[in-house]
Amino acid sequence: MSDAPITHSRPAHRPPTHRPVTTESPGFRYALIAVVVLFLAFLLFAPLVAVFAEALSKGAIEAVTSLANPEATSAIKLTLIVAAVAVPLNAVFGIAAAWLITKYDFRGKALLITLIDLPFSVSPVVAGLCLVLTFGANTAIGGWMVAQGYPIVFALPSIILASMFVTFPFVARELIPVMIEQGRAEEEAALTLGASGWRIFFTVTLPNIRWALLYGVLLCNARAMGEFGAVAVVSGKIRGQTATMPITIEMLYNEYLSVAAFSLAAVLALLALLTLTLKTLLEWRFADQLAAAHRP
Amino acid sequence: MRSPLINRSPLPGMALSAGITLTLLSLVVLLPIGALLLKGATAGLPSLWAEVNTPRIWGALYLSFRLSLIAALINLVFGVALAWVLVRYRFPGRRFLDAAVDLPFALPTAVAGIALTALYAPNGAFGAIARDLGFKIAYTQSGILIALIFVGLPFVTRTVQPVVAEIEREVEEASATLGATRAYTLRRVVLPMLAPAAMTGFALSLARAVGEYGSVIFIAGNIPLKTEIAPLLIVIKLEEFNYVGATAIGIAMLLISFAMLLLINAIQVFSRRRIGYV
Repeated sequence: MSDAPITHSRPAHRPPTHRPVTTESPGFRYALIAVVVLFLAFLLFAPLVAVFAEALSKGAIEAVTSLANPEATSAIKLTLIVAAVAVPLNAVFGIAAAWLITKYDFRGKALLITLIDLPFSVSPVVAGLCLVLTFGANTAIGGWMVAQGYPIVFALPSIILASMFVTFPFVARELIPVMIEQGRAEEEAALTLGASGWRIFFTVTLPNIRWALLYGVLLCNARAMGEFGAVAVVSGKIRGQTATMPITIEMLYNEYLSVAAFSLAAVLALLALLTLTLKTLLEWRFADQLAAAHRP
Repeated sequence: MRSPLINRSPLPGMALSAGITLTLLSLVVLLPIGALLLKGATAGLPSLWAEVNTPRIWGALYLSFRLSLIAALINLVFGVALAWVLVRYRFPGRRFLDAAVDLPFALPTAVAGIALTALYAPNGAFGAIARDLGFKIAYTQSGILIALIFVGLPFVTRTVQPVVAEIEREVEEASATLGATRAYTLRRVVLPMLAPAAMTGFALSLARAVGEYGSVIFIAGNIPLKTEIAPLLIVIKLEEFNYVGATAIGIAMLLISFAMLLLINAIQVFSRRRIGYV
């Protein structure tokens, strides 16, 4: 019997608590854990605590009152409107792009994927600059739109475009690895059974990708609501009109209205914490259906 | 043999999905980037060069790149250590720490910027300690560095973590049975396996830091030639309605981004070839 227990044959002179060869000494382990925890404490947790501490520095009532200020409420409203347009559009784009890339074979697919990923490597400020140069009032498209009474730059459309630009790859990147993994067999089977394209999508594909889709939408939303650099360039920062939450935070901060700035920041920080919590729950519960499990 | 342009598939929806994809991609990404390049082309290389070739802009580009490089190096070291700790060690709060690593991705940059400034400014919690010790963090290059470390923090950890999880312990055991000390095994066996992923994370972190704006401008102080980053100069040029100047810096930064994108791809091709070979 080759798998007979051999524990009794351990030499008596060995220390009883020897560690396995594939780990480090306890001293090294504790030191390394302490170093990374300290690093994260100074860089991650302290700023998060600071946001809430500064917001509440003059009491909770002061913080809540500052959020009821018309400047703050209009910023919250604008940010919600921007996210309500940009996120669904990017979700539709992500689904369409992932369907196109994973269900068909065509030349230039690698180039298409690179182009979709492009916004990740472009500075948000450069993204904003690009939009100003495309749709600004002194360009052909922008000038024509201004003449029609619908300015794009320094108005809502450019804020939506800027938010879409910076979050463009989020949903597609999440869906593509999952859909590659799942292959085409289920959709092709549905097709042979006579299902229409939309029916295949809603009854076969969507149930398979729903958690990955939710994951991508979650990250896309967090970034869209919090985007600063690209929006700062295109918004024009008109109070009560084109100032999103992050832009309003900047304006309040520069006017030394610390409590108001940090209260609004605390709302965004709560959104970030909510996003992280939901994301972590999705990762624990549906790890096998998310892209992270399929990445090389 | 060359593959056909399009392989016919029985699945419906190709025209629709291609239509949506290409329309939105063109409108949101390609048209604007094209407009930047077109603006650069109509201005002409000499006038672009004249705009970029000033001490203030060289200073800002050099500062952005140098500090981003240092921040990415610090993130490389701590990112690998963090990935190792999160995958290999068991301690209370590990899962919480693991989830928290993504905070810089989720927290808006403007929020991070004012929070870091509040902490590291001379009258802030950490800044006061530094002031008593005789140095200043916020409104200096150290402040910018802290903001850049913050935004790039998750990249190395998130690229290295899955690789650490995939390492087969047998390899480490083999190394130990051949008489290697633990330190030697880590240096000669484990680190080379992590290197490609770590380098990818390093390049991603670097690319992010070079273009970062929101978290930096609050803590930077924005003094020309000292603490002025390249993205801020684009904003300043736009506020002066100097579109050619903004375009020139924008194209310079776009070129830096593309160079780094190529670097990331080269690392991935290189590591794939290596792993395929082993």
